[in-house]
Amino acid sequence: MTVAAVSEGVARGSGVPAVELDGVVKRFGDVAAVDGVSLRIGAGEVVALLGPNGAGKTSTVDLLLGLSAPTRGSVRVYGRAPREAVALGLVSAVMQTGGLLKDYTVEETVRLTAVLFGRPRSQVGEVLERAGIADIGGRLVGKCSGGQQQRLRFAMALLPDPELLILDEPTTGMDVGGRHEFWSAIREDARSGRTVVFATHYLEEADAYADRVVFVRRGRVVADGTAAQVKAMASGRTVRATWPGADEAALMGLPGVDSVEVRGDSVYVQGRDSDAVARFLLSRTPARDLEITSRNLEQAFLALTSDDAAGAGGTMTAVEGAGGVR
Amino acid sequence: MTAAVVRERSLPRLGGFSWGMIRLELRRLVRNRRTVIFTFVMPALFFLLFGTSESYRTERVGGGNVTGFVLVSMAVYGAMLATTSGGAMVSVERAAGWSRQLRLTPLHPVAYVAVKLVLAMIIGAVSVAVAFVVGAFAGAELPAAAWVECGVLAWVCALVFAAFGLFMGYLLPSENVMQILGPMLAVLAFAGGLFVPVDLMGSTFATLAKFTPVYGVGELARYPLVREGNLWLAGLNVLAWTSVFTAGAVWRFRRDTARV
Repeated sequence: MTVAAVSEGVARGSGVPAVELDGVVKRFGDVAAVDGVSLRIGAGEVVALLGPNGAGKTSTVDLLLGLSAPTRGSVRVYGRAPREAVALGLVSAVMQTGGLLKDYTVEETVRLTAVLFGRPRSQVGEVLERAGIADIGGRLVGKCSGGQQQRLRFAMALLPDPELLILDEPTTGMDVGGRHEFWSAIREDARSGRTVVFATHYLEEADAYADRVVFVRRGRVVADGTAAQVKAMASGRTVRATWPGADEAALMGLPGVDSVEVRGDSVYVQGRDSDAVARFLLSRTPARDLEITSRNLEQAFLALTSDDAAGAGGTMTAVEGAGGVR
Repeated sequence: MTAAVVRERSLPRLGGFSWGMIRLELRRLVRNRRTVIFTFVMPALFFLLFGTSESYRTERVGGGNVTGFVLVSMAVYGAMLATTSGGAMVSVERAAGWSRQLRLTPLHPVAYVAVKLVLAMIIGAVSVAVAFVVGAFAGAELPAAAWVECGVLAWVCALVFAAFGLFMGYLLPSENVMQILGPMLAVLAFAGGLFVPVDLMGSTFATLAKFTPVYGVGELARYPLVREGNLWLAGLNVLAWTSVFTAGAVWRFRRDTARV
């Protein structure tokens, strides 16, 4: 009883979004792990879900894979219910830990995956090759290093030739070399047009490998933009000045200004051209006590994702404005 | 972005239940030395230790000798151990996160359980066969037909313990659940009159024995040899315990798949 599942327009580059989350809430008791996320990811995008531990990244990944059901809202993967998309091999994943049996060999583990997906045995060698573990096919999984096990999970994920590949903190526990190699393999693979969504708390990874970065904090999307936009934001500086009754509108109108925030007598202006802001403040306004600080991606990340959201408000708005929630 | 490549994707037949999977799983099972020793070697060894004395060989029971009687009991014990450990595989796999990994494949949870049941019954059959081959060379005597009948009954009735293993496998998520279940089975085997015949127990224990899950299997499996005992009672025992364990397994299985 083969269930006919002819893909209607399910193809790379077609109009169907790879991922469509609409007002998704996932509660565990009183805790909302995912708290109203709406997100569209187009086919072929490489997207990083960036956030601190406990931000809701893994919960979101589980929803995408049909490993859990949303409390509210809808989750569609290539226009289908996640379970269905998984069963059809449209989406596959490299999970964080576990999920392997020690007394299978590497090759047997992949062969079993092939059997389950009804794929020919010839594909086993192929994906082992692509994951870079063809040489250790006969090794017992229990004897493999963490990096090798991760590559094995990658090989298993490649087997159904998915349209969407999801990676949940894929390089946790890998050394720098292993991480680099792993990402090279992923990057090579993404060239075929595969959609890739990866959860990470490593900023460098999001920065280096994603076309688009979605910041998550406390189960919400707090910022969403291209990696370039995030970088631009990160390379900006903050000008602080004492100016009671500051004219926010005038400051926002300056070139390169991303955000303006007034706290008490102080005004914080964030933007690319701190010189222009300083010149304006000193020559055209009564502002005094200027301070100019630069911030890196790390600080931007902390500001966006820290539990103490105070002071991050302006930045959040700015990124959303710049990146545009797609 | 590449050009649209429309490719057909389809779901596997029977929810993913396949002989290919069973073959791979069997290979993994026999790789586990502990499983092999406990299910294939130990029952035959117990038989050699406890059933082959000179007096047992000469003493007659039904159409065979006491050695044959002990052999059938040990074959039942082996089948129990084998099917229980087959079913209990799910606990190891849940502990390792493998069940979760399988949820990322088209394998239907019911097909998964079916694979485990088939595996349990295959190793149960091997366990019985090993015991019988050893028995045939070690002086066990059974009527010709009883060799087949006792073996088949020991095997089929061990389905009770495949259900038991599944139930426990879903109940106890542990890396080595058989370390708990092994002693438990030994106690049940004693209580159910598999190691010591019920007739030799005190009357209280003899009565209690009839309500324990091993009793029915033992009585049924030895019937072709001894041709005595209450078949209805034994059959009822097997059916009742199979229902209890199956219900338990289904209950835990439902919870497990709901939670994922």
